[in-house]
Amino acid sequence: MNILVCIKQVPDMESHFRPNGTATWFDESNLAFRMNEYDEYAVEEAVRLKEQLGGNPEITVLSIGPDRVIEVIKKALAMGCDRAVHIQDPDVASKDSWQIASIIAAYARGRQFDLIFTGMQSQDRGSAQVGVLAAELLGFPSVTTLVGFAYADGVVTATRELEGGVKGKVRLRTPALVTCQLGLNAPRYPTLPNIMKAKKKEIATFQPGELSSEPPLTGSTAFRHHEKKGSGVVIEGDIAELVEKVIVILKEKTAVLR
Amino acid sequence: MKLLLVGEYREGKLLDTSAELSGFASAIGADASMFLVGSAEDVPAFSGTLYLADARVYGEYNPEVHKQLLLKAVEEVNPDLVVFIHSSYGWDLAPRVAASLKAALVSEVIALAGSAYVVGCCNAKMHRNVTPSTSMVVITIQAGAFSALTQGGTPSVKTLSTEKVSTTEFVCYEPAEAKDVDLAKAEIVVSAGRGIGKKENIDMIRSLAKAFGGELGGSRPVVDAGWLDHGHQVGSTGQTVAPKLYVACGISGSIQHLAGMKKSGFILAINKDKDAPIGEVADVLVVADVVKFAPALTAKLT
Repeated sequence: MNILVCIKQVPDMESHFRPNGTATWFDESNLAFRMNEYDEYAVEEAVRLKEQLGGNPEITVLSIGPDRVIEVIKKALAMGCDRAVHIQDPDVASKDSWQIASIIAAYARGRQFDLIFTGMQSQDRGSAQVGVLAAELLGFPSVTTLVGFAYADGVVTATRELEGGVKGKVRLRTPALVTCQLGLNAPRYPTLPNIMKAKKKEIATFQPGELSSEPPLTGSTAFRHHEKKGSGVVIEGDIAELVEKVIVILKEKTAVLR
Repeated sequence: MKLLLVGEYREGKLLDTSAELSGFASAIGADASMFLVGSAEDVPAFSGTLYLADARVYGEYNPEVHKQLLLKAVEEVNPDLVVFIHSSYGWDLAPRVAASLKAALVSEVIALAGSAYVVGCCNAKMHRNVTPSTSMVVITIQAGAFSALTQGGTPSVKTLSTEKVSTTEFVCYEPAEAKDVDLAKAEIVVSAGRGIGKKENIDMIRSLAKAFGGELGGSRPVVDAGWLDHGHQVGSTGQTVAPKLYVACGISGSIQHLAGMKKSGFILAINKDKDAPIGEVADVLVVADVVKFAPALTAKLT
């Protein structure tokens, strides 16, 4: 069995974001990067499947981006992926979902993957498009938003998260692509021996142009802070003073404190 | 401008999101047809054309077949814009249709800016405008972003069918887990978010809830991490609440969370990050570490 996991490196979402020079996206300086949270669930689920099948499947982890993404590739290798593909693209932030999906599909095509795991979306773009677009380009069946995954004899049983806590159970045959939702599993922390072992694992490098030269279908402008609405007040300062202020406000504006 | 709206049908019922789609169409002043895999007994109230396929034949979740049916409607209508709700149905089906049409896809639109679409990014902290470069465009709109509009009237129904056989088999729905607390009835809800740092700090928020005489809630990450039972989860995949007072402790305010609590009477948020999206709905945002602030407030209240 041959498994592909697609991961993205994203900034820490607690960061203070500023627009880049053209306001197409954020300025990368002073940002700390990490693995997209949704993708951690994807890596973990792939590794669990490998363990379930007695270590037989080979897991390839793929990431697109500048050299900094090697950090998350190494984390995925330390979590249990076997080999990696780094699609070296310093210009990744200017690519839209269609282009990213086209690159992934071009890499996966002809490489006999049985299962592809992706996050349901990235934390920074949040468009929830790339996984399904790549599946469509490959002609793979796909299901999104997994909070449950089981595999036996070429059949995936997927539990999708719907609205209001309801779930939907779906079955599909491999080859297939699934996108992972938060809470699917509890992603492991890489252990020191596994971090050491990961250093010996192969990272193959490709240029995006070798795989796809699809033009974008969308452009991005006016990256900015969200507009603050309403009459909310922001208070800062010493904790004791803040507590006093909050009590006064609650007494004045709500009927819940006497 | 011609729109094709994609309605939703689940567990034998038309979802009321079709009124939001009509609201979006009216916001941009466009003619709209609707596509639905549903039932002729339960159609949306509007006066346009409804392209209807039978959910008993084609299933409620059957993306490959729904895609084929929707492509037939697209062929007949030749719309400028195909509009989904950004929901588990919409974000699943929209990319399939966009890929077949090789149309630009814009996800979770919250507003319009001329010919561009405004969308959130970076966990809803930031916004950007997305400009499509194809003539036909597929979008999903954020649930709740456009006011619902019930036009009234009866659509003229055109029935769709396909021979397409699916490789995806829908097995069953699993009902939501029973709630051990009914947060919807509480007058005060105090919720814990990831900002509390660790599981042990749940007790600190529980004490604050008690001091207020309210119920304890939580955000999704706190529930996913196992710090709190799912029965306490506030948000679009948990409970929707509208108490007189909502206290958000270390909750950044994802769209899913905001959808579940933004109708609260008064919202007090405590967060270290001044830019956190919870600030968009908070009446008061206290910029502080909740681990320090919550015990101090509890002490003052008791």
